[in-house]
Amino acid sequence: MSVLVDENTKVFVQAITGREGSFHTKQMIEYGTQVVGGATPGKGGQDFEGVPVFNTVAEGVEATGANVSIIFVPPPFAADAIMEAADAGLELIVCITEGIPEADMVKAYHYIKSRDTRLIGPNCPGIITPGQCKIGIMPGFIHQPGRVGIISRSGTLTYETVGQLSDRGLGQSTAIGIGGDPIIGTRFVDALALFKDDPETDAVVMIGEIGGTAEEEAAAYVKEHYDKPVIGFIAGRTAPPGRRMGHAGAIISGGKGTADDKMAAMKDAGIHVCESPAEIGETVEKALG
Amino acid sequence: MKIHEYQAKEILRQYNVAVPEGSVGTSADEAERIATELGGKVVVKAQIHAGGRGKGGGVKLATNPTVAREAASAILGMQLITHQTGPEGQKVKQVLVEKASDIEHEFYLGITLDRAQSKLVVMASKEGGVEIEEVAAETPEKILRETVDPGVGLLPFQATRIAFGLGFKGKQVRQAAGFILNLYKAFIGADCSIAEINPLVTTADGQVLALDAKINFDANALFRQPNLAELRDLDEEDELEVEASKFDLNYIKLDGNIGCMVNGAGLAMATMDIIKLSGAEPANFLDVGGGASAETVENGFRILLSDPNVKAILINIFGGIVRCDRVAEGVIQARKNIEVNVPLVVRLAGTNADVAAEMLEKSDMDFSVGHGLKDAAEKCASAIQ
Repeated sequence: MSVLVDENTKVFVQAITGREGSFHTKQMIEYGTQVVGGATPGKGGQDFEGVPVFNTVAEGVEATGANVSIIFVPPPFAADAIMEAADAGLELIVCITEGIPEADMVKAYHYIKSRDTRLIGPNCPGIITPGQCKIGIMPGFIHQPGRVGIISRSGTLTYETVGQLSDRGLGQSTAIGIGGDPIIGTRFVDALALFKDDPETDAVVMIGEIGGTAEEEAAAYVKEHYDKPVIGFIAGRTAPPGRRMGHAGAIISGGKGTADDKMAAMKDAGIHVCESPAEIGETVEKALG
Repeated sequence: MKIHEYQAKEILRQYNVAVPEGSVGTSADEAERIATELGGKVVVKAQIHAGGRGKGGGVKLATNPTVAREAASAILGMQLITHQTGPEGQKVKQVLVEKASDIEHEFYLGITLDRAQSKLVVMASKEGGVEIEEVAAETPEKILRETVDPGVGLLPFQATRIAFGLGFKGKQVRQAAGFILNLYKAFIGADCSIAEINPLVTTADGQVLALDAKINFDANALFRQPNLAELRDLDEEDELEVEASKFDLNYIKLDGNIGCMVNGAGLAMATMDIIKLSGAEPANFLDVGGGASAETVENGFRILLSDPNVKAILINIFGGIVRCDRVAEGVIQARKNIEVNVPLVVRLAGTNADVAAEMLEKSDMDFSVGHGLKDAAEKCASAIQ
């Protein structure tokens, strides 16, 4: 078992013929993901690597029965692509695009809230259920099927975590990159709720970073609702205030969003907090006993 | 992206947000001329991006054009030190000369994104002129908030509610509400990430004015705001950061002495953190991004080595789409083209890490291999002992 995606997931790629879209479509197919269709306006009727291309998402979903989409659409048009996917009735939308204007995301976020769908990202590596389905840009080979869930705001730090787990023979149930932007569709609390009810996830790793209060909200949720072990790390203890550390959402502003505050809230909630990013694998191993 | 106060006020004017009359000058002569045109008392204000200019001596009241001239010549060229500039201060190159206002009351007004709700929020307080964070920490009940429904935008009744909440009376209620609605229009129109009017003032002659204005823009939206990109003042930014941005490198200079080059923002922050945990201090944040090529690595080296504080370099790459052998190629190439005269520790993991390790070992380069994050950081720390 896993959360959100598995071997039956049928994936639709938005901007399938673009540079990023085409490269990662091949990688996903190679991993064994069922990519059933894609869209690039104006290229409907063509095919890419044996996958049919449509002009619109609605048309493609109707024809292929896709239930999840992945978006590689460039930033100026990406929020529109999210809303188009929601309108087409897809149950899960994974948006990889980095650099979407904040005002566009405010609209897209509330548009999808009123529909029966879920957004992961934007500005994220995607989601993977090892051995079954990879919907994203992560290197598949570092993952192993298993029983640890991962939720992370950062791409390469997720890979680092997966690497440390796999090295210890600890496989992953599902790894979700929730994204580094200030406005994201699925937050820590949402992802934690999914793993809580997954009988095949024994422990959850949450990788946070400076900026916002999502980790504090997650800590409160864990304190109240969780009995599975949660292991946490927060990146950016050495980050200066007032500067955006790469991710649009990684900024300490007005004294809020520091790593120390987040770690304190997490410790208080009984989360196993790693002081060092090198200790994540080891801490999970200990927490699982 | 940040801009100067005078630029922020020009934008506000375009959206009919009331600001004091005035304009910007770069010399004492110009300041005197502007003061003459305005007539009466003026304020001469240093234009730097940092806040706290008044306390640092960067804002002076002048009773006539001659005094304005003297004030401008004292301010222009000074290294203005505030709590936001750091000890070296920031050189003042421009002054804003404005008509002085006879202030009756000072308020705070700001618009920003409320991340918890993913909606914009308008905040206001009767406590103007002080940092809103202080008010929020000490007396949060004094902050009025109106959350904006993204479907309809800020509504007139919400602006009016704030105006009444701030204690406005009579005709000024409409004036203040109009001010707030226009500020919201400016925020949306110019793709701001923050718009702060601190203080918003009422004057003895009944006006509602933005005495100071701070506007930051959403960098992700600059593609559709071509006029705003021209407002960037490179003199206000760190020289190395400007240089790095030319190569699409995400670089932030810090005070330590271990330079680091990493792919991905989260891993780059985590690398800084583990350098600190190993007993050393990171010299920078540098995310070389998803497409680390030989050229990127070479440019990264150049930026890192331009910082005289750097005594050792740590390269930490977790190859996903980035292949480690490409990065290794870049490291070898860069070492041929630039002299790297500090100890170098390389940690490569993920895609093609084995091939990369072999390539590096076969080259005649002097470097240490970091086995995992911790080992890499510790090797760097001990290299500078």
